[in-house]
Amino acid sequence: MVTETREIENLASQEYKYGFYTPIEAESVPPGLNEEIIRMISAKKNEPEWLLEWRLRAYRHWLTMSEPTWGNVHYPPIDYQNIVYYSAPKTQKDGPKSLDEVDPELLETYKKLGIPLEEQEMLAGVAVDAVFDSVSVATTFKEKLAELGIIFCSFSEAVQNHPDLVRKYLGSVVPYSDNFFATLNSAVFTDGSFAYVPKGVRCPMELSTYFRINAAKTGQFERTLIIADDNSYVSYLEGCTAPMRDENQLHAAVVELIAHDNAEIKYSTIQNWYPGDSEGKGGIYNFVTKRGKCLGVNSKISWTQVETGSAITWKYPGCILQGDNSIGEFYSVAMTRGRQQADTGTKMIHIGRNTRSTVVSKGISAGYGQNTYRGLVKILRSADKARNYTQCDSLLLGDKCGAHTFPYIEIKNSSAQMEHEASTSKIGEDQIFYCRQRGLSAEDAVSMIVNGFCKQVFKELPMEFAVEAQKLLSVSLEGSVG
Amino acid sequence: MLEIRNLKVKAGGKEILRGINLKVNVGEVHSIMGPNGSGKSTLAQVLAGRETYEVTEGEVWYDGKNLLEMAPEDRAREGIFMAFQYPVEIPGVSNLYFLRSALNAIRKHRGLDEFDAMDFLTLAKEKMGLLRVDENLMSRPVNEGFSGGEKKRNEIFQMAILEPRLAILDETDSGLDIDALRIVAEGVNSLRGKERAIIVVTHYQRLLNYIIPDYVHVLSEGRIVRSGGKHLALELEDKGYSWLEEAEPKRVQVV
Repeated sequence: MVTETREIENLASQEYKYGFYTPIEAESVPPGLNEEIIRMISAKKNEPEWLLEWRLRAYRHWLTMSEPTWGNVHYPPIDYQNIVYYSAPKTQKDGPKSLDEVDPELLETYKKLGIPLEEQEMLAGVAVDAVFDSVSVATTFKEKLAELGIIFCSFSEAVQNHPDLVRKYLGSVVPYSDNFFATLNSAVFTDGSFAYVPKGVRCPMELSTYFRINAAKTGQFERTLIIADDNSYVSYLEGCTAPMRDENQLHAAVVELIAHDNAEIKYSTIQNWYPGDSEGKGGIYNFVTKRGKCLGVNSKISWTQVETGSAITWKYPGCILQGDNSIGEFYSVAMTRGRQQADTGTKMIHIGRNTRSTVVSKGISAGYGQNTYRGLVKILRSADKARNYTQCDSLLLGDKCGAHTFPYIEIKNSSAQMEHEASTSKIGEDQIFYCRQRGLSAEDAVSMIVNGFCKQVFKELPMEFAVEAQKLLSVSLEGSVG
Repeated sequence: MLEIRNLKVKAGGKEILRGINLKVNVGEVHSIMGPNGSGKSTLAQVLAGRETYEVTEGEVWYDGKNLLEMAPEDRAREGIFMAFQYPVEIPGVSNLYFLRSALNAIRKHRGLDEFDAMDFLTLAKEKMGLLRVDENLMSRPVNEGFSGGEKKRNEIFQMAILEPRLAILDETDSGLDIDALRIVAEGVNSLRGKERAIIVVTHYQRLLNYIIPDYVHVLSEGRIVRSGGKHLALELEDKGYSWLEEAEPKRVQVV
């Protein structure tokens, strides 16, 4: 028993594999936050007046807010005046026109991460809008997508080229006043991704963005907006790794999804930001607001997330089920080890009739990791015959970690049907011994058991992402397991 | 093949095995019988490498190797298989995937090529037919939702796939009805042969009607109190374990 516990601890205390730092000259604004800085960011990005006004409204509102303390996470106070709110890789004035013009160091970083930007990636069928720090560097497949009328570009480009769409939808799901971190993001966001799929179009490839934080002390404030018009479908992949560093970094992204009549958006995330060292030093603070609105009838939004990174994860990808018969789904694997803390879950807001939601959450805790599921299912009076199924399972590896579950249920309509299942289990010495008796190493046994535990979620991921997720989980667990 | 010398084992501070001596040659089938709490399952688990037990004295040699120094997975890779009394469930991991991973770990250790999914399926189907294992069970997660009988049959199926040199069956008969018992026994018998040895741990004699042992050993309070041929099992059935316990002092004197 003692030996096996120790083995599990060894497996769980593996160092971050993607820790490297690319020295790139960054063009940054001075640290601190005030209206001047916001004007500077807006000017650098050549934004229209309405957007600057929107940012300033958000900033003024933010000044009246205080940082939320209800999360089951603990961290030293963040000095918002000591953060650099804008940094762009230095390139030619007009920006790169092809990959040849992109900083070779940058490309090298992408290569280390295996990010698809070049010819071979076209074969993989993935279009990438790669965000490096705050400015998009290259976008591929744009032409192919454009033939179908699909817009997939950086947020900044969308502001320049499709201002009407941005203006119509920005803040329509997550208003600038939504919460402390989302409001901060609204004031200072620098870039992100934008996708629009027109009526009746099924996007033929997975849209994919890799985020990466690089310049020291630069908070990342990504803004993503995805709109699926009537009868359309899009699958979007978001994956991230970050280089190793010694200071906490704030990451406060906002993602908004809008699904019109009969449209479907599938949003998959693999989050592997630097988690800090074994003592909890360094690591990303990941305070993210992700929300989708099923605006139209029969629309569907599905969130799938695999969260293995960050010192602190605070995110609740949710769905507002406004259209009748709309469907919201949330599938999550969250793993914490070392000193990582995750407070994550979902919000399902049922407004329309016959709306359905499914929540499957798998939390894995190892080392001193703390894992909290926090979920809200809200059935409004208008939501006749709404249905929800929630399942949250926790798996503990070792005896110093923790799992917590806070489900909130609010029902205002008596025709609702709710199901809730929860379980907590400890990875069994019996299970490990059984595997070892059949010839498997302890590492392979733990990896197999954990992957089995997560299967329900992994099967929701697009194929190549599922393989990556399994690998990531094994790597996260391993001492040396590949 | 296997030689146990004066093996003493503690669990939770309590001495459970108090000096076991046993020699098993390749090709033989030995049965270890004994009342509840006599230590027979402990013996099986210690041989398989369970770390909850503390070996305080004695040694175990397996094919010239010091077994007690080997990790459980190394013992498995060297050909030791234990059919569990209580097979463990592994949710989300398909039986076939689990078993192929195990077989490949063993084959890799022996310098053999690993089986790909298709080759393995062919092998598995052949063994499934032999042991009358339902194909549906194979794609289901390991032991999850299996009935008691299905779990035991699955253990024997795994044994048939992994082809151990030394198989230890830990109370494989418990919880089986007579039909299942017969199928399990047929499976075990089909694996009998010159190249392997089998140790059958059981409380009851009835399994031994189907798997005829070469030797029977009776365990009581952590010691082998009597050894003999297959007839010893029948005698036990007749007279009950109390007969031995009464007889024990005499036996000790003889030794």
